[in-house]
Amino acid sequence: MNRIDKRLNELRKEGKKAFIAYITCGYPNLKLTESLMIELSRAGVDMIEMGMPFSDPMADGITIQMSSQAALKNKITLTKVFSLARRLRAKIEAPLILFTYYNPIYHMGIAKIGKRLLSSGIDGLIVPDLLPEEAGGLKSELKKYNLDLIYLAAPTTKTSRMKKIAQQSKGFIYYISRTGITGARKDISSDIEYNMDRIKRIAKKPVVVGFGISNPAQAAQIARISDGVVVGSAIVNQIKKNLGKPNLVKKVGEFVGELVKAAKEAR
Amino acid sequence: MQPDKQGYFGRFGGKFIPETLTTVLKELGAEYSHARKDKIFQKELSCYLNEYAGRPTPLYYAARFSKFLKGPKIYLKREDLCHTGAHKINNTLGQVLLARRMKKQRIIAETGAGQHGVATATAAAMFGLKCVVYMGVKDIERQALNVFRMKLLGAELRPVTSGSQTLKDACNEAIRDWVTNVKDTYYVIGSVVGPHPYPMMVRDFQTVIGKETRVQILKKEGRLPDYLVACVGGGSNSIGLFHPFFNDKKVKFAGIEAAGFGIKTSKHAATLIKGSIGVLHGAKSYLLQDKDGQINIAHSLAPGLDYPGVGPEHSYYKEIGRARYLAVTDKQALAGLKLLSEVEGIIPALESAHAIAYVQKLAPQLTKNKIVVVCLSGRGDKDIDIVQKANLKRFN
Repeated sequence: MNRIDKRLNELRKEGKKAFIAYITCGYPNLKLTESLMIELSRAGVDMIEMGMPFSDPMADGITIQMSSQAALKNKITLTKVFSLARRLRAKIEAPLILFTYYNPIYHMGIAKIGKRLLSSGIDGLIVPDLLPEEAGGLKSELKKYNLDLIYLAAPTTKTSRMKKIAQQSKGFIYYISRTGITGARKDISSDIEYNMDRIKRIAKKPVVVGFGISNPAQAAQIARISDGVVVGSAIVNQIKKNLGKPNLVKKVGEFVGELVKAAKEAR
Repeated sequence: MQPDKQGYFGRFGGKFIPETLTTVLKELGAEYSHARKDKIFQKELSCYLNEYAGRPTPLYYAARFSKFLKGPKIYLKREDLCHTGAHKINNTLGQVLLARRMKKQRIIAETGAGQHGVATATAAAMFGLKCVVYMGVKDIERQALNVFRMKLLGAELRPVTSGSQTLKDACNEAIRDWVTNVKDTYYVIGSVVGPHPYPMMVRDFQTVIGKETRVQILKKEGRLPDYLVACVGGGSNSIGLFHPFFNDKKVKFAGIEAAGFGIKTSKHAATLIKGSIGVLHGAKSYLLQDKDGQINIAHSLAPGLDYPGVGPEHSYYKEIGRARYLAVTDKQALAGLKLLSEVEGIIPALESAHAIAYVQKLAPQLTKNKIVVVCLSGRGDKDIDIVQKANLKRFN
């Protein structure tokens, strides 16, 4: 059992929902990413998605694109993200999930990636442009090291395909709340309850929901019908809003703290 | 050569896309495989190609150009004479007909040089569909004429300000739109790139170029050509010319990439010559990328060539040695453009001028009895501003 499974098991026993925070590594710089991740952990986040920027993030909206571009200007690389994870592993307990597009991973070499993830203390991987059909080599590589390759499911995913994804996704299933790209939204998609019901009938694994969740009320709404909530763009927006301010880390921590509270107290 | 079931040409191709798009791509694949065999669809398409787009295009014997180069007989496949001024219309008519079959009301496209945007806007206008075109702001500046044409055709132009502000980022933006509006939107991809089935489908729509060439050259010369030459950005005009000759091993293929300032500099778009294998915009193929797998910005004076990727079928042709890929610089392309204009009275698009410039290099190595066919993928009107700016001293 790896850290992700362990954490999800504990939450299930406590009858609580998972709160997962996404953060773009290297935005505004690596040092702040490190402080922010420690603060997120302190704020009660159950898992952290470490976003490794890609030059062409086609599944991302303007917020993640902007932060990715800024991080790439800061010369962020996968190797630097691995070192960051290694440093953090000694300081925080939360499972770490690497979120990146396929090309940086492919370029580093599929045969190397499992070992590097493991030695960095990263527990799982989300690749938004990698379907189970194309994941063969990476899947077996991660399996060797008991690391989770987490697949996404979408509102457009047909039920037969949903079964396949539910079966093959490790750790949990990442359900995309609506058709579209990442980014904070005012409204939650109206078909989400129907779709969650559809997945829950199929999947025995936990299902967490992401894309578009931006405030405590939405986090609570999603937590009620799922096993967990992912928030990304709204957190990156908070970082952007507080850029240059001495209390940036604290402010972001407070914002995330409220989201965590809302998700945890949702009944 | 057909891709396998997963959409691979050898080890190139596939589907690397967000999960949200899997259903629509599957539907598209199914619809296209019906349409491909459907005689009514094919008849309808060929009717529009003939009556609306102006096909077949001539295979013109460029006697003065041949004489000037003191080499082989050079024929120009005149895609520049197609409606809207480039080969792009072959593909957009095909795809918009498919969109209509799939009952999609909204068409989106990305464009670099603007030719694909104009061709998509044209096909959408003719069938009364709403059309949105994504274009990088740098390309909007460079291709003012085509921007105006798209607007006249009733398309909505959305400027792209992210990243390199050229074709690569227009593609990202179009994909984002598609993921968001997947239910009613059809994405007309402009080259033999993207996830399966696009590289195969766009290729099929463009093979009209090669199929006509085969018939025409057999009629004129009684034999197949020795060389086929075409420029390669994403690679649609070249694959359209090459593909019908794939099994004719004696026919040599030369794909000409943009060397920009030179392939030894960082400012070029020679993906197959200088790139490495990776995944971009839905497919595994050669790419211009850095040591960390981040995509590099391509450069070419020709907006239609400055794309850091290339169609997976080309990567396969390179790997098996079926085609040779070479590159010519901005400067050489400009000289080619000037030469063809002067000796044949044809102003080629800057993209096609790369193929012309390569023929200038190739011709002296060949004897007079050899036959070379060059795809003149588009006409040069759209590039007049660039050409003037790039070479004011020489032309004024």
